[in-house]
Amino acid sequence: MQRSLTIDPEKCTGCLQCEMACSFENEGNFNPSKSRIKVFTFHEEGRFVPYTCTQCDEAWCMQACPVDAIKMNFTTGAMEVNEQTCVGCKVCTIACPFGTVNYNVDTGKVVKCDLCGGDPACATACPTQAITYVDASATGLDKMRVWASKTDNAQATT
Amino acid sequence: MTWTKKVLRVNLTEGSVNEEPLNMDWAAEYIGQRGLATRYLVAETDPACDPLGPDNKLIFATGPLTGTAVSTAARYSVITKSPLTGAIACSNSGGFLGAELKSAGWDMIIFEGKSPSPVMLNIINENAELVPADDLWGKSVWETDRLIHEKSGDPQTRVAAVGRSAEAGCLYSAIINDLHRAAGRSGVGTVMASKNLKAVAVRGTRGVGNIKDPARFMKSVAEEKQVLAENAVTGQGLPALGTQVLMNVINEIGALPTNNMQLSQFEGAHNISGEAMLEPRKSDGKPNLTTNAACFGCTIACGRISTVDRTHFSIENKPEYWGNSGGLEYEAAWAMGADTGVDDLDAVTYVNFICNEDGMDPISFGATVAAAMEMYEKGAITKEQTDGVELKFGSAEALVWCVERVATGEGFGADLGLGSKRLCQKYGHPELSMTVKGQEFPAYDPRGIQGMGLTYATSNRGACHLRSYTVASEVLGIPEKTDPAVTEGKAGLVKAFQDATAAVDSMGLCVFTTFAWTLDNMAPQMDAACEGDWTVDRLVEAGERIWNLERDYNIKAGLTGADDNLPERLLKEASKAAPTEGQVCNLDQMLPEYYQLRGWTADGQVTDELRQKFSLPG
Repeated sequence: MQRSLTIDPEKCTGCLQCEMACSFENEGNFNPSKSRIKVFTFHEEGRFVPYTCTQCDEAWCMQACPVDAIKMNFTTGAMEVNEQTCVGCKVCTIACPFGTVNYNVDTGKVVKCDLCGGDPACATACPTQAITYVDASATGLDKMRVWASKTDNAQATT
Repeated sequence: MTWTKKVLRVNLTEGSVNEEPLNMDWAAEYIGQRGLATRYLVAETDPACDPLGPDNKLIFATGPLTGTAVSTAARYSVITKSPLTGAIACSNSGGFLGAELKSAGWDMIIFEGKSPSPVMLNIINENAELVPADDLWGKSVWETDRLIHEKSGDPQTRVAAVGRSAEAGCLYSAIINDLHRAAGRSGVGTVMASKNLKAVAVRGTRGVGNIKDPARFMKSVAEEKQVLAENAVTGQGLPALGTQVLMNVINEIGALPTNNMQLSQFEGAHNISGEAMLEPRKSDGKPNLTTNAACFGCTIACGRISTVDRTHFSIENKPEYWGNSGGLEYEAAWAMGADTGVDDLDAVTYVNFICNEDGMDPISFGATVAAAMEMYEKGAITKEQTDGVELKFGSAEALVWCVERVATGEGFGADLGLGSKRLCQKYGHPELSMTVKGQEFPAYDPRGIQGMGLTYATSNRGACHLRSYTVASEVLGIPEKTDPAVTEGKAGLVKAFQDATAAVDSMGLCVFTTFAWTLDNMAPQMDAACEGDWTVDRLVEAGERIWNLERDYNIKAGLTGADDNLPERLLKEASKAAPTEGQVCNLDQMLPEYYQLRGWTADGQVTDELRQKFSLPG
């Protein structure tokens, strides 16, 4: 079964456990500035929104890469950057409409979420299930359940 | 590991910024943050110095776990001599600044001297510089934060600043970071402003690492996060209702101080409670609470993000306050609500916003207004001082009028900025000041909760609940239930809580974890992360050492055993609330035993024997 990261901003408290887990997994220390998932705070509105790569099937980053450094991992479905091949041209960072591929000045390569090879550290670390790793073909189930609960029949039974 | 082992020394008189190695011998004895910074303060300053003079120092200190993945490891403390109490000040704050400072590569910043003109400290990783802040002087914390971000262009820059209240000399001004987290008590913001230091801006991208045993650490962190998640207080009560989960609980047991502690129950308690913050309001159908929020790395997330009703008199013509900001914590809601007799949730929330915006400790502010209200009702303060405002208990209008004046120090706001003790002295009623060592009480009536009486009387920073939160045991049954009405056993309870809390405050963790965790849960995380063997026994020993060091500082600053006392009201005027009716605080039954357990002399001095045992300085 292929799985996807699913994000429910309503549940996010802005604690940055995900950013710490991501940077620890990938960089070896707790460093939100190097995290591939980012939590954005909208202070006036009182909202926290985690945001990361959605692993597009027809990935713009992959299509744009002139040296074929970005390839799909057929087990996880993640678009992965091959650091050996990447030349740091940053064309993928321009191509990605969501901004989730970024350049790492320390290594001269680009970095993006690779789903930690199928066990994403951010989802494990999240204390509120704002980030979950679920069946890729059923990411909408929770939202469907919420809306279903608002239908007349469901109301009548509660 | 995971100290960065680097101290940033900032001499404000000379305008110099220098790096030096952290004293690791002291770290082994005092851990970090609260303990270690106190050791530096003791070594470098005269306890008898003028707290607002250039000889006092101001230390921002993180703990070894700050910035790591341990739940709640967000904390930093500000250590200095307090202008409010003349004793040691140690104010702990969450938010994101502490972890950012650590990630920039610094354990600690020591500010010394006094700048000839307003400055701010700008830190980007290893680069730190003092820059002129004439343009920020006279601005609120929120405006300062906005201007600094405008200049840095980096939304991730974390800012701590003082507001206009501190500039005006309010003696209980706080240092506010991340807009609404506060190193709140004892006037640490007043000290910062006295040095012409307006703000500290930090950006750290180096990360926090050097974990001793990464695999063991991550396993331990995950297990202990689970303990917090499964606990009723840290897993349910605090995320849902915040610390405000306590308002109705404490009121029901007859220990909610009301109207300057004349009463021990408040009729309007429910209206300002955590439950009330969830109720939809009439005007727009939205509740006061928008969401809960976490500090860096915290899996509890007790923080409140709130709005004030736009139709409320306090903000109806002020759209700048229509958005969300930091909402009410229990102590703030109590001080500005129950203690002033005000049960208007929107007014109290707005007043809380202003305390954050201009950097006042809401506990001391609310309690000082409460004392002023009692003096107004007695005729000692008149409309002459209040520009015609009726400063009566229960008046939301008066409360709002007061906060706006303390924020800028104008008119009667300067008097209110003196704090309860000096205000009551000035207007001829010192007996009406509900303070210990000059610091205002928090939200637990020691007539109803005896252990808190001893806690307040012996706290090294004046009246404070966070030095030994025996409410956990006496009310909530954590770690085991004791009877709040009896004094027996409380001396030992207070000492145990004080020592453990000093250790928690020195590691970089939040004391709210202790609803679920004991040192048994913390030591394995500390030990997996940091060099040296960190056992529970060693943490307790360090806690006791820290407590004695703070005590010794206070004695050298001129305090004596006579300062370990409570106002007569709490010792002689019995509670009138049904559940605690007839009770007073029997401090005299607890204090001698406490001194004995501490190993202090009968007049409360640290002995040479203890000095030797803990290798305390001279």
